[in-house]
Amino acid sequence: MIHFVILNNRQGKVRLTKWYSTYSQKERSKVIRELTGIILSRGPKLCNFVEWRGLKVVYKRYAGLYFSMCIDQDDNELETLDIIHHYVEMLDRYFLNVCELDLIYNFHKAYYILDELLLAGELQESSRRTIARLVAAQDSLVETAREQASLLGDLVK
Amino acid sequence: MALSGMRGLSVFISDIRNCPNKEQERLRVDKELGNVRTRFKNEKGLSPYEKKKYVWKMLYIYMLGYDVDFGHMEAVSLISAPKYPEKQVGYIVTACLLNENHDFLRLAINTVRNDIIGRNETFQCLALTMVGNIGGRDFAESLAPDVQKLLISSSARPLVRKKAALCLLRLYRKNPDVVNVDGWADRMAQLLDERDLGVLTSSMSLLVALVSNNHEAYWSCLPKCVKTLERLARNQDVPQEYTYYGIPSPWLQVKTMRALQYFPTIEDPNTRRSLFEVLQRILMGTDVVKNVNKNNASHAVLFEALALVMHLDAEKEMMSQCVALLGKFIAVREPNIRYLGLENMSRMLLVTDVQDIIKRHQAQIITSLKDPDISIRRRALDLLYGMCDVTNAKDIVEEILQYLSTAEFAMREELSLKAAILAEKFAPDLSWYVDVILQLIDKAGDFVSDDIWFRVVQFVTNNEDLQPYAAAKAREYLDKPAIHETMVKVSAYLIGEFGHLLARRPGCSPKELFSIIHEKLPTVSSSTIPILLSTYAKLLMHTQPPEPELQNLVWAIFNKYESCIDAEIQQRAVEYFALSRKGAALMDILAEMPKFPERQSSLIKKAEDIEVDTAEQSAIKLRALQQTSNALVVTDQRPANGTPPVLGRVMVPSMSSNVDHHVADQGLSQENGTLTTVDPQPPSADLLVDLLGPLAIEGPPSADVQPQQNIVSGVEGVPNAVEATAIVPVGEQTNSVQPIGSVAERFQALCVKDSGVLYEDPYIQIGIKAEWRAHQGRLVLFLGNKNTNPLLSVQAIILPPSHLKLELSLVPETIPPRAQVQCPLEIVNLRPSRDVAVLDFSYKFGNDMVNCKLRLPAVLSKFLQPIPVSAEEFFPQWRSLSGPPLKLQEVVRGVKPMPLLDMANLFNSLRLMVSPGLDPNPNNLVASTTFYSESTRAMLCLARIETDPADRTQLRLTVASGDPTLTFELKEFIKEQLVSIPTASRAPAPAPPAPQPTSPPAAALTDDPGALLAGLL
Repeated sequence: MIHFVILNNRQGKVRLTKWYSTYSQKERSKVIRELTGIILSRGPKLCNFVEWRGLKVVYKRYAGLYFSMCIDQDDNELETLDIIHHYVEMLDRYFLNVCELDLIYNFHKAYYILDELLLAGELQESSRRTIARLVAAQDSLVETAREQASLLGDLVK
Repeated sequence: MALSGMRGLSVFISDIRNCPNKEQERLRVDKELGNVRTRFKNEKGLSPYEKKKYVWKMLYIYMLGYDVDFGHMEAVSLISAPKYPEKQVGYIVTACLLNENHDFLRLAINTVRNDIIGRNETFQCLALTMVGNIGGRDFAESLAPDVQKLLISSSARPLVRKKAALCLLRLYRKNPDVVNVDGWADRMAQLLDERDLGVLTSSMSLLVALVSNNHEAYWSCLPKCVKTLERLARNQDVPQEYTYYGIPSPWLQVKTMRALQYFPTIEDPNTRRSLFEVLQRILMGTDVVKNVNKNNASHAVLFEALALVMHLDAEKEMMSQCVALLGKFIAVREPNIRYLGLENMSRMLLVTDVQDIIKRHQAQIITSLKDPDISIRRRALDLLYGMCDVTNAKDIVEEILQYLSTAEFAMREELSLKAAILAEKFAPDLSWYVDVILQLIDKAGDFVSDDIWFRVVQFVTNNEDLQPYAAAKAREYLDKPAIHETMVKVSAYLIGEFGHLLARRPGCSPKELFSIIHEKLPTVSSSTIPILLSTYAKLLMHTQPPEPELQNLVWAIFNKYESCIDAEIQQRAVEYFALSRKGAALMDILAEMPKFPERQSSLIKKAEDIEVDTAEQSAIKLRALQQTSNALVVTDQRPANGTPPVLGRVMVPSMSSNVDHHVADQGLSQENGTLTTVDPQPPSADLLVDLLGPLAIEGPPSADVQPQQNIVSGVEGVPNAVEATAIVPVGEQTNSVQPIGSVAERFQALCVKDSGVLYEDPYIQIGIKAEWRAHQGRLVLFLGNKNTNPLLSVQAIILPPSHLKLELSLVPETIPPRAQVQCPLEIVNLRPSRDVAVLDFSYKFGNDMVNCKLRLPAVLSKFLQPIPVSAEEFFPQWRSLSGPPLKLQEVVRGVKPMPLLDMANLFNSLRLMVSPGLDPNPNNLVASTTFYSESTRAMLCLARIETDPADRTQLRLTVASGDPTLTFELKEFIKEQLVSIPTASRAPAPAPPAPQPTSPPAAALTDDPGALLAGLL
């Protein structure tokens, strides 16, 4: 299973984290620090797998962003790499040419999409079309509610 | 720039981005946190929209790495908002900020349940997602049946059902005891007929979890899995949107094949045939294409197919096809494929007999050892290590040695250890072994542990033909201008013992030997000087007739060190000086060292320990472990009559202190810290006594004694008469089967961690993996047959103490060759007690009937859950529990002295959480924890230790809880831990061997181990 997902940029800034196994807040920061160091220091033409504390981290770099997923030692590494790419494609489709700024300002959207893709550390849906449809449906639910709630909320900071 | 749709949030994010440095960012964050905190305090004035916005801000700040320790309540409360936008935020942020152990989650259970059983589909999805991601035990208890209902409901739409499947998977994985899956086999079989591939993918993941636990129940799913795989592999009836780069859902294919790997075999010939057809198709039909994503996907499927073929132990032809494929992979440029090729080759080594074919790729694998990527190098090293045997050991070890000089620090220790082990296991001749180890020390001295050079000394001492060669080699290294200190130690030792064998060679007169060794003295640390002094004494002794010039030189040195501040050096200097004046008597006292008793290589043991540490849950890794230890040949070194070996004789040659003291006066020489205990383990017939004795007072095997106490034993190698060796031919083996490693030590280790090896002998390895949750536990026994013959009449009976309810699943009567069987064991703690459950395990191998009784590490501390307590909470509680029987106090004597920090660590490892600074006295420790059992439910326990800095062997222990039995048991438990040696592998022997080394009276010990131990001291 996937124990956690970490998304960070080349400077090590975290853009998204999602934990499917139980880690305390302290452990989470420690894991992020440790892994960011390992992954950022790896050269460009190396394989996408890092062995780490009896687990395996599958990562891939897209432009300035690193997507990492931590799996069990005997899980299928390439399958996980496919999941990462699948997620990136979905983000790309949603934001139309996704860039880091999209993920910074719309980090919550990145979470919505991830929640449709993964659940309990397992792949939930592999059809991009289905996920796009579900996310769009959620967006419109939020939108409708917002319109109804009038402008009041928007005015107050 | 896309906007988040919430202006305040966007502005905040922009502000953060504009911060020029980390301090500014922190200031901005603090300001925002202050703002959010104030707004939350005055919750009434907060609109749902605002609340939502602040909760998002909290998540953002949390993601930036700042502690957000408030507002959790607000996030959770949004879950019960009536409108979708707020509810959505509540669910998502809660799932990100909190983990399953968080108390606030319990508050939401009702709302979550209402959402799940309600009619609103979107609410159902949100609730299932959160439970699936962070649901803990409470959720499993109250929601599992509802989730199960949803999964099989005919009215729920696929989007709900696929979430239900994975939500159930989480609940089941975390709490298999709570989720009732009786009769789910049929349901699962139905689910596998599902048309919607989203639901099918999720259901397949669920099936993997279910079959991994109990494949027997799910046989009916097997043909359906094969059908699904066929359908996908032939791309029949797969909607376009479920193909990924032209490949029908690679994920579902992988999952399906994973599920199939949990069935031990496929009996139905038709199903088997169809499956092999599909697998053949995948093996043959996967080509390398340009598109990297397509390649990844198709190879994900291919590697899973390879794993399945290996598991099914297909016909030879298909296997060699697999090896051929892997051979191709390890030669490609693409690093991922190369990595996986190497990894799977290592796995293949474990399951089938393909060593010879794999050996053909040796050159290619060695190339990978020089790859720029450390991940690949690690795989290559592992594979080389696994494929090494007598025929290729020379090549492989030499490659490793060569690589050692350029390898990064992170790998050097592993490399040296592996090289040393291979050299020892497969040495074609012993002089080569000596060469390898000396090279190893030369090239990577810092990474060569003492074990490695102790081992070479043992070999040389025990093999006379080797002695002149080793001495000459040592002499060569001494000529080098700068050598590592370990090299100084080993060569000084070898020259001292065997230098005289070089007598007529040039540059090897005693005086020359002396001066070249003495040159190194100014460069070494105080742990090496004693060895050099022994060498000088030995050189003197071997110089017959005495050379006055050398004598004077050496005496001058002894004189100089007579006033050394280091007691060990001083003692040796004084004693050697006195001895060397005794003339002929010196010859007897400093005669050559006798042969070492044969023993298991501590290196191999160490390597196994390392692997256990890293191999948490992987069955493949566990199998690998067995493979490693397979090569060990164990001899029985236990004296038949059960008396321990006589120590005195072994010690005499170098142990100067024994000349003055009487040999029998062991206790005395022990006290001055120079003699090392040879662990007199009770004979095996008394295993039960040993196991049930609550207190393991026998010292740890002295191989583990700290170096300082070990200087003398260092010279002798590792005195451990009990353990067996790797170099003795099988023929010498006696009848009874002896465990590898100390059973008591393994048990101790498992008391503070949750997985590892419980027992090992030449035939079987019993591993354990445990999960503890409140008053319940689940322990899986991994019974691994290490041999190529089956183990028969396997029997495992649990002898439970009255306070534990234990249920062991069926243990098969036969364990097939090289196979591993998992037996889950459910444990319920009824009430507090220190009694220990015992596993009575027996099997038959050939004519050997082996029976062992093993303590199971279901000890009291496993039912503890550390809990932090603040001063405001602690003191009122502490005061309210006033005096016996709820609060008990005792002065404990005979405590193993340890620094306060170590004691705090010990407590934490026993799940008693130490709160530093809570007690105003820095010599005291305060710890808190929650104990769980059926009778007490969750109960807070507090403990306080007052130590005496002037006398670390005693302390005052106070334990308090709301239950008198618990207080007593916990106090006794802590006491046992303090007086015994829980950190066995590090600690020096705390007590001299008991005067009566046969079974200690267990009953007496139970009464007051502290007092008894104090008496012994």
